[in-house]
Amino acid sequence: MRQKTFAQAIEDALAFAMAKDPRIIIIGEDVQMIRVNLTARFGTDRVLAAPISEAAFVSAAIHAAMAGMRPIVEVMIVDFIAVAMDSILNHAAKIRAFSGGRWNAPIVIRTACGGGYGDGGQHMQSLWGWLAHIPGISVVVPSNPEDAAGLMFSAIEDENPVIYLEHKLLADYWLEFMGKGGRNTVEFNVPAAGALGKVSVSPVNIPLGKARICKEGADLTMVSLGVGVHRALEAAGELAHEKIDCEVIDLRTVQPLDQDTICASVSKTGRLLVIDEDYLRFGLTGEIAAVCLENNLQFKYQRIATETTIPYSHERELQVLPNSERICRAACKMLGIPPKV
Amino acid sequence: MPLDLVKLYRKMYHSRYFEQAVAALWQQGKISGEMHLSMGEEAICAGINDHLRDGDALALDHRGTAPLLMRGVEPLSLMKELLGKSDGLCGGQGGHMHLFEPDFLAASSGIVGATGPAAAGFALAARYLRRGKIAVSYFGEGAINQGMLMESCNLAAAWQLPVLFVCKDNQWSITTRSETVTGGKIIDRVRAFGMSGDEIDGSSVAEVWETAGKVIDKIRRQNVPAFIQAHCVHLEGHFLGDPLIQLGRRPFKKIQELGGPLVKSILHLQGANIKNRTNAIHGIGSAMLDHIRADSLKKKDPVRILREKLAIPGQEIENIERAIEQEIDTLVIQATATET
Repeated sequence: MRQKTFAQAIEDALAFAMAKDPRIIIIGEDVQMIRVNLTARFGTDRVLAAPISEAAFVSAAIHAAMAGMRPIVEVMIVDFIAVAMDSILNHAAKIRAFSGGRWNAPIVIRTACGGGYGDGGQHMQSLWGWLAHIPGISVVVPSNPEDAAGLMFSAIEDENPVIYLEHKLLADYWLEFMGKGGRNTVEFNVPAAGALGKVSVSPVNIPLGKARICKEGADLTMVSLGVGVHRALEAAGELAHEKIDCEVIDLRTVQPLDQDTICASVSKTGRLLVIDEDYLRFGLTGEIAAVCLENNLQFKYQRIATETTIPYSHERELQVLPNSERICRAACKMLGIPPKV
Repeated sequence: MPLDLVKLYRKMYHSRYFEQAVAALWQQGKISGEMHLSMGEEAICAGINDHLRDGDALALDHRGTAPLLMRGVEPLSLMKELLGKSDGLCGGQGGHMHLFEPDFLAASSGIVGATGPAAAGFALAARYLRRGKIAVSYFGEGAINQGMLMESCNLAAAWQLPVLFVCKDNQWSITTRSETVTGGKIIDRVRAFGMSGDEIDGSSVAEVWETAGKVIDKIRRQNVPAFIQAHCVHLEGHFLGDPLIQLGRRPFKKIQELGGPLVKSILHLQGANIKNRTNAIHGIGSAMLDHIRADSLKKKDPVRILREKLAIPGQEIENIERAIEQEIDTLVIQATATET
């Protein structure tokens, strides 16, 4: 095992995969500078600078994948994916079904997501629930360096489209690029265990659709992903002082969704609290409740998610995004005890 | 209306000093997130906005500060918005990339190219509700390859919409040289839609003002779209803290940071052949060198260029500047003082 940043873990995984498979190419805006080390090592034939034409280069990458390549296409931030949505919704997601299973698009769409650094509601969305709503696409949201590497290996090897989301609070260069800009006068609530951690030296795949139990507990199940996992663990630590024993599950992937792990935990604790940085309505929080109901579980339920357009004001943004205070309050409510905060 | 360079200088210096104050507040950590400034684009905004009238619309990109100030938006409420205050222009909800002022039909977007369809829509409404009014779409040359902008050029040409498309061309899409990802010449491309296309020096406010005057007059009278490509520089790069600008200002420190992993990557046994690697390094190196020689940017600083041309006594110029500085210094104190 070796200590790596979240960003370094992804880059090393890419370098390993690119050295092994010449069909892997990276396409995206500014990638020759953002991925300067990969550019220097693999050349500009393998790291292609794209014009600001998301609709064209994402769709082109999808069809290059259909024709034998293994592109990793970068859409700078997930908010910009909207510009390329037709190619994802109406094409990539449907090729396998439309071709009667005879054709597929093995593409990874890599994009930064998430808020917490005061950049406004058009640059800090999560959107993983919105994307996972479409049948035919896998959606990956790692919460730590080890998972970031392992899930990237699986995403690259997957025969179908995978959207790989890296949270900007975890990937140090994105936070530097969009949040800090060389300043030391700003601070962000970066989860230390998410931004830096031990990663296996040899490549280890983490299968898509396999959640991880980060902390075992008997009283309450918290389900989350990405930065939300760390907020949940922080809240679980505080709730432990109140003698509340929380189980914390990191989904790792939204689609496929690890229903077994969720249901096993909820049937044990009888309480489900879903923490999601994506929007509240018609999304992951409701979906997980539905899955538990379909499995005939009886449980109490609360959810914390983003309910409005994310405000630009950094102070108000921090109230809108899931935080440990909100999680603690919801947990106390479920357990019928007065909240401390 | 005759060309009034002193009036335009006032506007440009006002915007420049306002944005310098913004940059300082951002450096102090009082403004969050990214910060894209208009420094270097002032002559374009001033020269074009001077021809706008009540009822004209503005579709703004992620550099909305200068065009809004020059359109007459209340500077204090704009500054408060950038600070995220609840009594700011948009209640602290929008921030610098999402500035809206319905009184001026001014709407911003942080999505590259989105100002094309926005201006087309404003112009369409003008056809029904405000005859003789126009819509201006501001964007950078990086946006020229965005489908929605090209579609809007066609829409405006096919529907005869009174849109002025303004391409602020600084040659760089963040760290990518725009010409390396663009086919053909921009001006040839837009002329093919059947609209007029003028290519001008965007650091000369007189040139912008003269061209914009003629073009906007034609748009108003004939209800047709037109395109202006104005060359300019971004004195602070793509945004404050731009990695290439940081590199230009502190080359040794940044190269040291980059150096280790970069050298390791270049020398790694597995990878591209030597020729491809050399080409890649050449591309990266030349982008860096361009920014290390960043002094060339200052030569195209539109505020400085105009200042040297003003035919009034130096003392008068200084008086104008001091008055603006005082106004904005006071405004910064007011904007940062409130608790909301």
